[in-house]
Amino acid sequence: MSDQGSFYQRDRSWHPPAFTRSYKTSVLRSPQQPLLSLENTISELTGPVFGHDKLGPLDNDLLRNFAKTGDPIGQRIVVYGRVLDENARPVPGALLEFWQANAGGRYRHKKETYLAAIDPNFGGCGRVITDEEGRYWFRTIKPGAYPWPNGVNDWRPAHIHFSVFGHAFAQRLITQMYFEGDPMIWQDPIVATIPDKAAIEQLVAALDRQNTLPMDALAYKFDIVLRGRRSTMFENRMEGN
Amino acid sequence: MVQKLSLLKESPSQTAGPYVHIGTNPNWVEITGVWQEDLGLVLVGPETKGERIVIKGRVFDGAGDSLRDALIEIWQADADGLYNSPQEKRGKADPNFVGWGRQPADGTTGEYRFETIKPGRVPYKDGRLMAPHITVWIVARGINTGLHTRLYFSDEEAANAECPVLARIAHKARVPTLIATRAEENGLPTYTFDIHIQGEKETVFFDI
Repeated sequence: MSDQGSFYQRDRSWHPPAFTRSYKTSVLRSPQQPLLSLENTISELTGPVFGHDKLGPLDNDLLRNFAKTGDPIGQRIVVYGRVLDENARPVPGALLEFWQANAGGRYRHKKETYLAAIDPNFGGCGRVITDEEGRYWFRTIKPGAYPWPNGVNDWRPAHIHFSVFGHAFAQRLITQMYFEGDPMIWQDPIVATIPDKAAIEQLVAALDRQNTLPMDALAYKFDIVLRGRRSTMFENRMEGN
Repeated sequence: MVQKLSLLKESPSQTAGPYVHIGTNPNWVEITGVWQEDLGLVLVGPETKGERIVIKGRVFDGAGDSLRDALIEIWQADADGLYNSPQEKRGKADPNFVGWGRQPADGTTGEYRFETIKPGRVPYKDGRLMAPHITVWIVARGINTGLHTRLYFSDEEAANAECPVLARIAHKARVPTLIATRAEENGLPTYTFDIHIQGEKETVFFDI
């Protein structure tokens, strides 16, 4: 069984380094000492389980889960995909939580001050648990780009934040999804914390015209890959070795 | 050409950003009515076995300021040292203790606080027992990849001294960065665990 061994070492050159000067907030929030490499113990190989009973029927419907007087303003979209591990095996039962700005690029958060209007019908949060084949989907509006204080004229491209729980705490991941064809992706200091262009492209959801809902919503496909585990075949050395 | 390994790459991390609470603690940021309660706030119920404790602290940046936008998650074994997880093969954990918690740092003071139980000891890979510990994961604006560390307990001196993970820390002066200090507050054992992301007191973070 390849679901039992320790996890493949995280490829730190694929992830953003902690210290990224162009993303200014990281400068004082990045460890300077090397991380201590730790072979996985039971504390990292285990993780919490979230049952479907935790979810409500509108949790994956951002068009309706906060609506008061009608649908939110914006481009209606469906986001769907699979959660896989590095062995390309589906990860069923994974909890995905997501949050985003509204169509004008404004978040509903008490510390948010951007001048774009709040949408009275849009909360901006949702969650879903993957099915037996690792699949998920949700319905929302396409978020807007927005300016943020970093450089005097830096803008975030349209994006949706994802928090993912796999089967083990070692798989815990937070990332962001971007939209195919958006030129803003390539001028964003937060995207640019990822050193490898192919790694950035892994976070760009594909516009899927085949799964577009006619006369209703565009579809974007976004697969998420969590760490994979070694086969137990290699975990224990033969006696005498 | 050689055969292909057919492995995928892990999705790269991106910062949780300043508004992570919208997705994780919507009620806390006044997005009410979407779901009833935020996940991970309550770890302990009346039936949970084990010694009730509080853990609290703040997360500091390299200039010594506390992060008021941080989100802290903890993961721990039950009082007998068993994890409530399908990957736990050594026995059945306390059904009244999930072992996972999540709290935002206070928006004004930066303090986080969990009410939980003291975990039992769990074995290292080679069977030796590790000292009781809680896995801690920190995300915030400016943290590009979530930081993993461990909380150990100041009143477990003997266990800490023989913990194979603490023994791996080459710079012994840094071991105390992982040890929460015990005091009594409101009749409950309260452990303070401050996390220093950077600087002279930088906490030991793990690549797990």
